[in-house]
Amino acid sequence: MHSTIAVGDLAPVAPAMFWLLAVVTAAASLAVAFSRDIVRTAVWLLLALLGVAGIYLLLDAQFLAAVQLVVYAGGILVLIVFGVMLTNRTPMGRLQPSRVAVVGATCVGGVLLATACSAVEILANHRTSAPAGSGPEGTVAELGRLLLGEYLIPFELASVILLVVMIGAAYLAKARRTRRGRLGGGA
Amino acid sequence: MMATAMLMGELMSGPIGLGHLMVLGAVVFVSGVVTILLKRNAVGILMGVELVLNAANINLVAVDRFAPTVMEPLAGQVFAIFIIVIAAAEAAVALAIFLNFYNNFASIDVERADELQG
Repeated sequence: MHSTIAVGDLAPVAPAMFWLLAVVTAAASLAVAFSRDIVRTAVWLLLALLGVAGIYLLLDAQFLAAVQLVVYAGGILVLIVFGVMLTNRTPMGRLQPSRVAVVGATCVGGVLLATACSAVEILANHRTSAPAGSGPEGTVAELGRLLLGEYLIPFELASVILLVVMIGAAYLAKARRTRRGRLGGGA
Repeated sequence: MMATAMLMGELMSGPIGLGHLMVLGAVVFVSGVVTILLKRNAVGILMGVELVLNAANINLVAVDRFAPTVMEPLAGQVFAIFIIVIAAAEAAVALAIFLNFYNNFASIDVERADELQG
């Protein structure tokens, strides 16, 4: 009935990629714990979430990696950053980058661009040589079948939860005249 | 201490397996717990909670990848998706509560949240 995926079907995890992603994820998580500045903490959290997305990709959980990027790195982190900005007096005040930081960031960006360009080139060469359908199939199709089949009721319950949460959060965060007034403006 | 050293030696030499992912998950989990304990900013505590949930997800996906059950293939990934959904919902509600708290107290310090009983 199910097309079971045995361990033997999947390629072994690449050690170099794993160690790179694991070190980045672990270091970023520890930095979240010990960073003092809340904005910097948010940036470290972003790095940790990106590392976890890479780990998912390494474990053949392609859909989960995409969801991690879209929901966590795209949604929850933006929510958190807005939470920081709305609840601090001057959270961004000290974050004027120095000249050294600008030069360093430019170098990092250049290296990333070069890597991406070389990856595109490799991919273009690969596609012409490899026959169609020879690549790893991934787990996305089976996951979709499970979500709309065996796990349909939890799936629908999740949508109800999201609706309730949306209404509840909008109600809770609604701007209104408060007991002591808004004290944040003057400072 | 000896056991930890032996475990680390084993992990460094062998091929990437379930143990590696579980140690990574443990590190992320402990970081999350330490974050929850150290931060006084409520948003920082929320970040710690997100780390803890991510650690759980890493373990779920890793177990699913390296020790899949025949009866329930990909169950770990499905659970991880539901955890992400719950985490998003939890973050939205928590931030709404923090905003409300900030509007009332002009502070986001959890040490000052001791008089919330209406």
